Amino acid sequence: MSDIVDIGILQLITAYIFVIILLFIVRLKGINREKEIVIASIRMTLQLVLIGYVLVYIFENPSPLLTLIIIGIMETFAIFNIFKRVRRNISTKLKGMIAIAMVVGTFTSILYFLFVVVRIQPWYKPQYFIPLAGMLIGNSMTGISLGVDRLIDGFHSRKEEVETALMLGASSKKAAKRIVNNAFDSAIMPTINSMMGMGIVFLPGMMTGQILSGTSPLTSIKYQIAIMLGIMGSVSLTVIIFLQLGYKTFFNDREQLDV
Amino acid sequence: MSYIFKLDKVKYKNILNIDNLHIKEGIITCLLGESGSGKTTLLRLLNDLISPTEGSILYKNKNIVDMNPVELRRKVLMLGQTPITFEGTIRENFNMALEFSEKEKAEDDILQKYLDISNLNKSLDHNAKEMSGGERQRLALARVLLLDGEVLLLDEPSSALDEDTEKFVIESVVKYAKDNNKSVIMVTHSSLIAKEYGDEIIRMNKGGTIDE
Repeated sequence: MSDIVDIGILQLITAYIFVIILLFIVRLKGINREKEIVIASIRMTLQLVLIGYVLVYIFENPSPLLTLIIIGIMETFAIFNIFKRVRRNISTKLKGMIAIAMVVGTFTSILYFLFVVVRIQPWYKPQYFIPLAGMLIGNSMTGISLGVDRLIDGFHSRKEEVETALMLGASSKKAAKRIVNNAFDSAIMPTINSMMGMGIVFLPGMMTGQILSGTSPLTSIKYQIAIMLGIMGSVSLTVIIFLQLGYKTFFNDREQLDV
Repeated sequence: MSYIFKLDKVKYKNILNIDNLHIKEGIITCLLGESGSGKTTLLRLLNDLISPTEGSILYKNKNIVDMNPVELRRKVLMLGQTPITFEGTIRENFNMALEFSEKEKAEDDILQKYLDISNLNKSLDHNAKEMSGGERQRLALARVLLLDGEVLLLDEPSSALDEDTEKFVIESVVKYAKDNNKSVIMVTHSSLIAKEYGDEIIRMNKGGTIDE
């Protein structure tokens, strides 16, 4: 397998033709999005350049503390991103549950994945820890966002159904069961659908990256399979922890609905 | 004569203001009053779906705040004003209610008995969502009766029914309650129903007070 083909700066600049084509199309169609497209392209470029140099520094100076700080930053960013993504108002209690679920769910999955599945040495090797943790955190963030949205939406749109269940002697857990189950289903379906199409509809990013860098496809598929299972596990774990804690925030200590 | 509920200086926001109310056990108590007089709010307080902002409510001489709310609601069952049916068949609706109250599943002949009391002439396999408003109201009523609570709080249980069906259903419910020594507290819009079937009538005024 040959080494990866590097892209020169001038070659990279030619890729911006796609941005120019898009700007032309939106201008022609009268779609008022030029500003967003330009800002997004500039932000993406600057952010990736910055992260590239940061990663170079981290890889050249590996340390457990630095790796943990990076993971901490990723978790914090992911949690605040969930708060921003969810369309409805999130109560302070619910925000707390989101944070707990993200940290517990993703950390458990990351540690299991790195110590049992991949078994990197040393454990804090940033070339492995950071991208793998990033994938687990990123996908869990998406899963939990869907779960939060569905949970809040469920309690608002099915308020009378929940109260009817309470009136018939249901505990808050039983009264919320349908809403919780629907939220879980919605949260994990994108991951399951993604697994269905993998390898046939598209080659996943991690596998593509590894192949481009010269790794044998047979090695990269093992990584891809493992990470997809890890993602499914992490998403499921974070979402289920969130839902089991989160539904309780919609009831007070008298098991009365408090939406 | 024992009392099932005793309310003492109960207020709920600016909706309800009851100085003193004792509801007798084992009788049919009808709540009458114009819209906005707090009838539904009173039932919700008795079902512990909401808590009073002031005052205390005793159930069989025990303050309800000292009781487990789920256990209370399994004894004091409520039928809401808007009949909500769950997805699935009539049988599944019944079984879901039994599961909520952690009771054993019932045989079809028992379920049928409660459909008969509610005058709902549908098969147990009928899809609950494919019923008219009146039919869903009768299913919701049958569901509450099935759970065999000590007290039935019924919020306008016949509002969606025509006059003849309403008369039949109310008569069946009253007979069932009397035969099984249940206490019924029923909100009704009809003073005729209240006078004919109510052992006691409580009239509520706008502002949530009660006529002495």
